[in-house]
Amino acid sequence: MKQVWKQSLSFLPVLLFAFATNAYAGQSLSGKATDFTLKSRDGKNIKLSELRGQVVMINFWASWCGPCRQEMPLLEGLYKKYNKLGFTILGVNVEQDSSKAKAYLHDISVSFPILYDTKNTVSKAYRISAMPSTVMVDRDGNLRYLHHGYKPGYEKEYESQIKSLLRE
Amino acid sequence: MARGVSPVVVVVVAKRPALGIALTLWPGLIYATVLPEDRADVLYHSYEGGGVTISGPSVLVRKQSSTNSSVVANYYVDMVSSASIDVVTTASKYEEQRKEKSLGFDYLHGKNKMTVSYKVSKENDYSAKSAHFDISQDMFGDLTTVSLGYSRGWDVVGKRNDASFARNTDRQNYRVGVSQILTRNMIMGASFETITDEGFLNNPYRSVRYLDSGVSRGYSYQAEVYPRTHTSNALAFRAKYFLPYRAALYAELRLYQDDWGVVGQNMEIGYTQPLGDYWILDGHVRTYSQTKADFYSDLFPDQNAQNFLARDKELSTFSNITLGMSASYEFAHGGWRFIDKASVNLAYDYIQFNFKDFRDLRNVSSVGQEPLYSYNANVVQFFVSIWY
Amino acid sequence: MKARLSHCYVNNMLRRCFTLLAIALSLGGCAAIEPWVKPYERANLADPIMSFSRDPVSSAYTSHVYDAREGARGAGGESGGGCGCS
Repeated sequence: MKQVWKQSLSFLPVLLFAFATNAYAGQSLSGKATDFTLKSRDGKNIKLSELRGQVVMINFWASWCGPCRQEMPLLEGLYKKYNKLGFTILGVNVEQDSSKAKAYLHDISVSFPILYDTKNTVSKAYRISAMPSTVMVDRDGNLRYLHHGYKPGYEKEYESQIKSLLRE
Repeated sequence: MARGVSPVVVVVVAKRPALGIALTLWPGLIYATVLPEDRADVLYHSYEGGGVTISGPSVLVRKQSSTNSSVVANYYVDMVSSASIDVVTTASKYEEQRKEKSLGFDYLHGKNKMTVSYKVSKENDYSAKSAHFDISQDMFGDLTTVSLGYSRGWDVVGKRNDASFARNTDRQNYRVGVSQILTRNMIMGASFETITDEGFLNNPYRSVRYLDSGVSRGYSYQAEVYPRTHTSNALAFRAKYFLPYRAALYAELRLYQDDWGVVGQNMEIGYTQPLGDYWILDGHVRTYSQTKADFYSDLFPDQNAQNFLARDKELSTFSNITLGMSASYEFAHGGWRFIDKASVNLAYDYIQFNFKDFRDLRNVSSVGQEPLYSYNANVVQFFVSIWY
Repeated sequence: MKARLSHCYVNNMLRRCFTLLAIALSLGGCAAIEPWVKPYERANLADPIMSFSRDPVSSAYTSHVYDAREGARGAGGESGGGCGCS
């Protein structure tokens, strides 16, 4: 009997680990958002500082990333809903070869601007450590929120953050 | 326990006690925190070799059941027509069917993925049930995935034409694995699995032979006798490397030993070459070799020579080599109705077995001098997959 | 007798390994190590040809072909299960 208890106890750490959640949800940021200029899919250059006055959501994505693809249609929904109120999304594609991204966009069309960070200068500047990553920038160009990865339900947090930033 | 069972030196475990973070060969997933893709596969498999023909279907269906869970089900059939060397020398050709069904459930919680599954296998003289539990977690910037697993099996061994014969075998598997991204082009995995069986572990139809000068043939048969427990350890290493022109190299090494004295290892190398956007070609070579179990002998000196007796060629000293290739063609690009993409696949493996201490008794010779047995097998797989 | 001893030894070693591993995993949240392959550099690794098991229905069958004919078992990438395949 004691043996059985001893054996089960040694598996307790396993069970504990099984339910340990790693806090990887939204976190607050501060400081100015690093300015950058990237080419968008219609050939024009888009500069972050020129979007001052709008709430900007910078979403770093790749065609090979499952959660990124899952998130895209939801971001499109948010863009359509809040664009008129002064909100925009910059979909920054981080792939060195953009052909796959272009093919993906051909199948799943979104209306918000898509930028190509083929040299990964912006990804490095924003210290991207998960795919996808979403950064919220307020009307004054300050960094406000950061989201690592995407899990179903994150879009609700995005929406409440967009609304509070729009109200400022 | 008995004569003929040597002390187990758990060399593998003793050598690597600090293998705290092992590497998993977790199939396919770089990110453990992503559910496997929704897909359905219908496979036709065929094995022909050594007088045995086994073929049948395998249907695998996976579907996401909620935002963080996925269900998978498999239906598998083996239709067996066996005139194998064991069968023809001691019995007559037989035919039977084995059906296997399994159901699995994957659940994502934070950075953890849990998988639970249940499998049932039935044939006219054997039934097996097993439950499996696996958990994996991404760590260290998602470059490392660690996983743990446990399985439990309950088998009932029967005998054709003897309804009262029913023996139990219980099985437990413990596994641990780690997968590690080394560079942007290379991933490695290692895993360790220990399996213990307890109960009736031999085949109720199989016999061993012993020298018997009282019979014209020179040898007689008696039923095989196995220990009631069997514990084995296996340690595997795998690596994949991405070649810049878009191709992949694969290598695997597995080391095995158990307390029956069997020591084995297999090595495999593979190459995957996509052609254009829709074709993928694969080629691989695999070798396996093992040394015999302590209580194995092709010919025992007399009746009841030892406490444990085996003449199962799977417990003999042998080696095999596999040459295999496969081709995959993706169709329905761009989707069709609810289908995102589909592929049709064909794989062929040629396996050659060479036994070092198992003799071919179909060849009547002086006792103990019969030629060593060898056979070839052709394995074909044809399957269609759809993603949705 | 000897076989039973080693059975105990394996069990003990395993329990120690498992406990060590579980503790290590619980600490996994501490991301003190900077990932040297950035998430946006994973395009090649995410390619289906880099998967260890691109078609699970096929890898499961291949595993079974060898398991049923070789003495070795385990660490084969597939969750096991019994059958009268000896």
